[in-house]
Amino acid sequence: MVVETLSDEEVDRIFQALADRTRRDIVRRTMLEDASVSTLARRYDMSFAAVQKHVAVLERADLVTKRRHGREQLVRTNLATIRLAQQLLDQLEAMWRDRLDRLGGLLDATPPTSPESPESPESPAESDHP
Amino acid sequence: MTVTDVRKYPERLEMEIDSEFSAPVERVWQLLVDPRQLERWWGPPTHPATFTDFDLTPGGSVGYFMTGPEGEQYHGWWKVREVSPPDCLEVQDGFADDNGEPNPDMPVNITRFELVANGAVTRMTIRSTFPTVEAMEQTLAMGAEEGMKQALGQIDALLAE
Repeated sequence: MVVETLSDEEVDRIFQALADRTRRDIVRRTMLEDASVSTLARRYDMSFAAVQKHVAVLERADLVTKRRHGREQLVRTNLATIRLAQQLLDQLEAMWRDRLDRLGGLLDATPPTSPESPESPESPAESDHP
Repeated sequence: MTVTDVRKYPERLEMEIDSEFSAPVERVWQLLVDPRQLERWWGPPTHPATFTDFDLTPGGSVGYFMTGPEGEQYHGWWKVREVSPPDCLEVQDGFADDNGEPNPDMPVNITRFELVANGAVTRMTIRSTFPTVEAMEQTLAMGAEEGMKQALGQIDALLAE
């Protein structure tokens, strides 16, 4: 499968599409197997046309693909796009991990303040071998 | 410092990261609210942060800039949404123009820090929420040597293999 480079607008569309609960549900339901628009419409308290609109938003964001099967339109999640959203969050995680590493390093560099607990509970047995 | 859990919600551009520190809550809190200490961890070594204005009261503003390897500066600001020492801080984090004026065209993200004492250990949960991918991209681009575009290109290359 050939994937073109995504523009900011395309990436934005992905997340706007996923901002809606029904649309997220459609993505989840069609991850493992195809579902027809009419099957999906029966699951939600909304009209066929409304569900069709949601599917169209997902389709524009490349989150699902639609194919015709007889008289039905089958919807299926495009997993590559979901992976991309995950990838962006992975980068965010890496940034925070770096920050937390630096933050932890600063704490290690400062001597601990003397504990002033009046009731002196059992000290947590931390193995602190020199 | 140990990162104990990371939860990601791609559908709402949100991430929560839990960490533990062998230090009292008050000590960890100082690292969040003292600009001189904040400067030592907010930006990566390649883009150290300098905090200018620092009014950490509800509704207050904080200004900062990060300096890149070639002297380029990226200005940012916080708007304080909630502050309750020593365990909760929530700020809006946005971008500013070269004079430090908030740029209304650039989206903002919300970062929340929560600290809980657990014996001798402090647990910190950071929740980062972005309204759009653009906001996330900008933030990541400031922190990483390579921008998002490059990263996207790499993914595309992998997918095309």
